[in-house]
Amino acid sequence: MSSQSTSSAVALEEGTKEPKQRKRKRGAGDEDRELIDPHQARRAYMLIAPTIVLLAIVIGYPVLRAVWMSFQQDAQLDPQTGFFQEGGFAGFENYTHWLLQRCGDTACPVGTTAAGFWEVVWITVFFTIVTVSLELVLGFAFAMIMNGKYRGRGLVRASILIPWAIPTAVTAKLWYFIFATNGIANSLLNTDILWFSDKWAARTAIIVADVWKTTPFMALLILAGLQLISADIYEAAKVDGASAWQRFTSITLPLVKPALMVALLFRTLDVLRMYDLPAIMTGGGAGDGNDTTTLSILVVEEVRSAFNSAAALSTLTFLFVFLVAFVFIKFLGVNAVEGGTSGGRKR
Amino acid sequence: MRFKHSASVMALALLITPLAACGGDDSSGGGGADNPAFDEGVDSRGPITYVQGKDNTGVVAELIAKWNAEHPDEKVTVKEQTVDANQQHDDLVRNLQAENPDYDVMSVDLIWTAEFAAKGWLQPLEDLKLDGVLQSVTDSGNYNGTQYAAPQTSDGGMLYYRTDLVKTPPKTWDEMMGMCDIAEQNNIDCYAGQFAKYEGLTVNASEAINGAGGQIVDGSGKPTVDSPESITGLDQLVKAYEDGNIPKAGVTYKEEESRLSFQNGKLLFMRQWPYAYNLAQTEGSSKIKGKFDVAPLPGTDGVGASSLGGHNNAVSAFSDNKATAFDFVNWIMEEEQQRLYVTKGGNAPVLEALYTDPAFSKDYAYLPTLLESINNAVPRPITPFYPAVTKAITDNAYAAMRGEKSTEDAIKDMQAAMEAASDTQ
Repeated sequence: MSSQSTSSAVALEEGTKEPKQRKRKRGAGDEDRELIDPHQARRAYMLIAPTIVLLAIVIGYPVLRAVWMSFQQDAQLDPQTGFFQEGGFAGFENYTHWLLQRCGDTACPVGTTAAGFWEVVWITVFFTIVTVSLELVLGFAFAMIMNGKYRGRGLVRASILIPWAIPTAVTAKLWYFIFATNGIANSLLNTDILWFSDKWAARTAIIVADVWKTTPFMALLILAGLQLISADIYEAAKVDGASAWQRFTSITLPLVKPALMVALLFRTLDVLRMYDLPAIMTGGGAGDGNDTTTLSILVVEEVRSAFNSAAALSTLTFLFVFLVAFVFIKFLGVNAVEGGTSGGRKR
Repeated sequence: MRFKHSASVMALALLITPLAACGGDDSSGGGGADNPAFDEGVDSRGPITYVQGKDNTGVVAELIAKWNAEHPDEKVTVKEQTVDANQQHDDLVRNLQAENPDYDVMSVDLIWTAEFAAKGWLQPLEDLKLDGVLQSVTDSGNYNGTQYAAPQTSDGGMLYYRTDLVKTPPKTWDEMMGMCDIAEQNNIDCYAGQFAKYEGLTVNASEAINGAGGQIVDGSGKPTVDSPESITGLDQLVKAYEDGNIPKAGVTYKEEESRLSFQNGKLLFMRQWPYAYNLAQTEGSSKIKGKFDVAPLPGTDGVGASSLGGHNNAVSAFSDNKATAFDFVNWIMEEEQQRLYVTKGGNAPVLEALYTDPAFSKDYAYLPTLLESINNAVPRPITPFYPAVTKAITDNAYAAMRGEKSTEDAIKDMQAAMEAASDTQ
């Protein structure tokens, strides 16, 4: 009810502003922008300029340099002198090296880093889908638990958050010892599984460690969304005779969707560029030797022998992650906002 | 406002682009034998920095203190890197590529010498005092006919065996596999080395291939691994894993896992570096004190070909005080310093005479066996493309051992991958 009056007030505002703003495409903060004093704006830009410059140097320059390097050829060995000579411009050669697995004129043989490229992409996507799904379900459950009102709630919340607080390198080493051949996992399960040598066992180990570590993060973000739902709505539904399941699916899920989508997006992007956990636990090995290698591990491996080719790979990784984020925001994000949030501030 | 906003963004973009372009031509490659950096600073003296991986025994601190007392004007500062060999490599690459004059003398693993020398980062060493130094160790610092690194310490693989279960050590691989029934009777594993997917697998696979008469690269660095001898060699490991003579967990073993298995009495034969000897004799938890000994590695027809380990000292081409660096590098090879490496560091010396020195026969009884191992040692492939070559070997050897591909296919793929690495880079 209150939300409806807000949206009609907004509509009224927009209606009166229509003729003035028709000349320019309307953006998000337009009403606000009209109210800022130009002098203040200039001062604002000057104040954030140092930060922008710093970001440009620390983030912008390396990214641009990597892209520039990816179009250069790696140094070639001159057989006469035995020394490396500068490589020249390479065009898209570094990219076809990875995408089409071309090593010069032939296909890259097994045992080169490029030969496993698509396999590595698949492994990264596999990790993403499995860990994010598990974390979603478990995180939601934890968030519901943390949202309740009972004694000791503070303690429960703190203990759920502990895995997230431990640095990833420490977590990786912890699980490395747990899953060692003579470690606790094998003792408790009474098995002799080679957790870091068997393909699926190693992947399971990494998934377990990652879900343990990041479910609290999902739970936190979902909890934030849950706490925005006022208790009145639930009471009204109870009065109307809705069952617990109906309350969950018709009230909780839709209202928590924006926070949920944000959490999903963060986690997905995180796992796509995951490096530290699998690198410390298995070094990317297991199975045929490369069955837990993610894209970031492949980049670091390639840097050891060929910088420019590694720059091409990391640019490809960047584009891939960007594509996923784009899909999320364009197709999934927009739907979530319009799909029935509080009042629906439709534009 | 909009215009000003985009103007500042454009200004920043223009600022970045020339930065991107100007950093462009400093990637690897000094130029060649007439690298100008080689001539600079050759006669200067002054303080230098010595870079090496983590010093676990304190021997470096003692050596440096000794030098600093004798050379107060040319003090050496130690920079310690991490304990991980790959990280040490990457740290050296970063500093050498940036032509950092702070790194004067560096402790390099034998396998990095060719790579760094080919990129023009190492100063050619002349007038080295090499009498009495083992030939194979001196050769390991040589690339393309020029000496780029001087010996520091050496290492070789040996066969550890249980003297209470085996009277005489096996001389050939087939003999050793024949003794595996003794292990079965005693309910322990037969043989293990280091077969996890890391550099240790290259060491073990090279030993198997070289021990059977195969050759991974020839003198000029060209891949020559595709041969019947190599297939025989690698097949030894593959069949042993298939038959259970190498335990199933063996493919997760690095140095520590195999050492602990042997030290706890669960292994009959172990391929291992010398450092395990004193640990097995003195560590409180060792179950085999006095019940084991060492022998040279068994090959196909006789003594096997151990991989040459150890480290060399190289001088950076961008150092400012090269004369001091040359003196330091020569000083390390002197007898007094080499003795300290044995007693304090538990390393293998590079002077041949020390191996049969009576002063060491009690506490370092493995030295004569180690000398035989080093004299028969074959270095790992000497090629400037070592990271890619070792990946080719490790990936394919691991797949072959786990039965994911046949030995013939593994060797063929190894050859193809090594050729691809040498061409495209």
